[in-house]
Amino acid sequence: MVDFGGWDMPLHYGSQIEEHHAVRGDCGMFDVSHMCAVDVAGKDAKAFLLRLIANNVDKLKEPGKALYSAMLNETGGVVDDLIVYYVADGQYRIVINAGTAEKDLAWMGARLAEWQYEVACVPRRDLAIIAVQGPNAKARVWQVLPEARSATEPLKPFYSAIVGEYFIATTGYTGETGFEITLPASKTEDFWMKLLAAGVKPIGLGARDTLRLEAGMNLYGQDMDETVSPLDAGLAWTVDLVSPRDFVGKAALLAHPQQKQFLGLLLIDKGVLRAHQKVITSHGDGEITSGTFSPTLQQSIALARLPMAVAIGDQVKVEIRDKLLTAKVVKPCFARNGKALV
Amino acid sequence: MNIPSNLKYTKSHEWVRVEGDGTITVGITDHAQELLGDLVFVELPDVGKELAAEQEAAVVESVKAASDVYAPVAGTVTEVNAAVPDAPEAVNQDAYSAWLFKMKPANIADVDALLDANAYAAAAAE
Repeated sequence: MVDFGGWDMPLHYGSQIEEHHAVRGDCGMFDVSHMCAVDVAGKDAKAFLLRLIANNVDKLKEPGKALYSAMLNETGGVVDDLIVYYVADGQYRIVINAGTAEKDLAWMGARLAEWQYEVACVPRRDLAIIAVQGPNAKARVWQVLPEARSATEPLKPFYSAIVGEYFIATTGYTGETGFEITLPASKTEDFWMKLLAAGVKPIGLGARDTLRLEAGMNLYGQDMDETVSPLDAGLAWTVDLVSPRDFVGKAALLAHPQQKQFLGLLLIDKGVLRAHQKVITSHGDGEITSGTFSPTLQQSIALARLPMAVAIGDQVKVEIRDKLLTAKVVKPCFARNGKALV
Repeated sequence: MNIPSNLKYTKSHEWVRVEGDGTITVGITDHAQELLGDLVFVELPDVGKELAAEQEAAVVESVKAASDVYAPVAGTVTEVNAAVPDAPEAVNQDAYSAWLFKMKPANIADVDALLDANAYAAAAAE
């Protein structure tokens, strides 16, 4: 067990590598109740979110649609990354990280006071979140929750549906299909035990990290934080600089274009890439932001911030202890849907 | 905890077996492998390397962390278990069979000062 943003969480239940393979090959479940759902509701909810976050909630046309984005500060640094769900007109739900929840709520409260919008931001500490991920995840959830099938079977990725007390989204942090299910905390233990009985394996934080890294997904606090521009963290795709809309951090991003590339590394020599290791390229130095051993590739992988001139396919050196090991620059997405991509 | 009574131990979770030829065999304890989780990388010292007591001798890395393995006593590395870097999971499966390296201690009496099984069990439980 480890402390994670104030929550006591298991790193692994048994073998971390077996947990990883279970999600890529069958399905597993994660208790991610540490993440905080915040209901943003009121007449000005949309106007508020349009200014608050870097992606454009105007893209959310159909109820249930979800959008990944970042909330920036005035200097363009990332306050947090989050998912916004469009529930209904004037009603959104955002899910924020555990370690940043209090800071985020204070930030949102301050912007609300400043902008004088009629919006309530209510953190839903009464809710828990269970993610069920893997090729067989949906079938197992429907086995336990048959009433959810008709509403959730037609959902494309990054949508959500409300089934009674369950808020079921086709989102995740593994690169596999599945659901993230928000439900009353009081119902969680029973739901977890039923999933367990249906053959869904519990997965700890350790495998959650190797799965998200293989999928090329960022981790807040590691791959980006308040000092890092989303453009330098591989998050340009979640930033809308096209529409005339203004949002916090936009002016800073326009004034400071991308400085670094956020790319993947595949270690060719034996060893394990880790955060903060120095990457030496023929165009200057870079830094690993997240690194691990990939159970799918049986090789070490990393996400790294590298000089702009580095190209995919280049060979670089990584300083590990007293050695310089060879790594190859790849697209920052290593495995998804059970398959290696590099 | 699996702590064989015929071995010596260090507070940094190495086990030590005294061999008949005056060398010692060194590995990491079952408790250490459990703390580390699935091992994926092991780096062993060069044969012939002279080590001071408590000097970094090897590195074991699990998915979650890298950890140094220290020389239990001063001495010279005489042999390494080359099978382990090729299959680090052997240490998870049986930490007391999957030894890492052998040393010729500068002074074999130094080994007597290491922890016995009971003392290690107490230290590991802290």
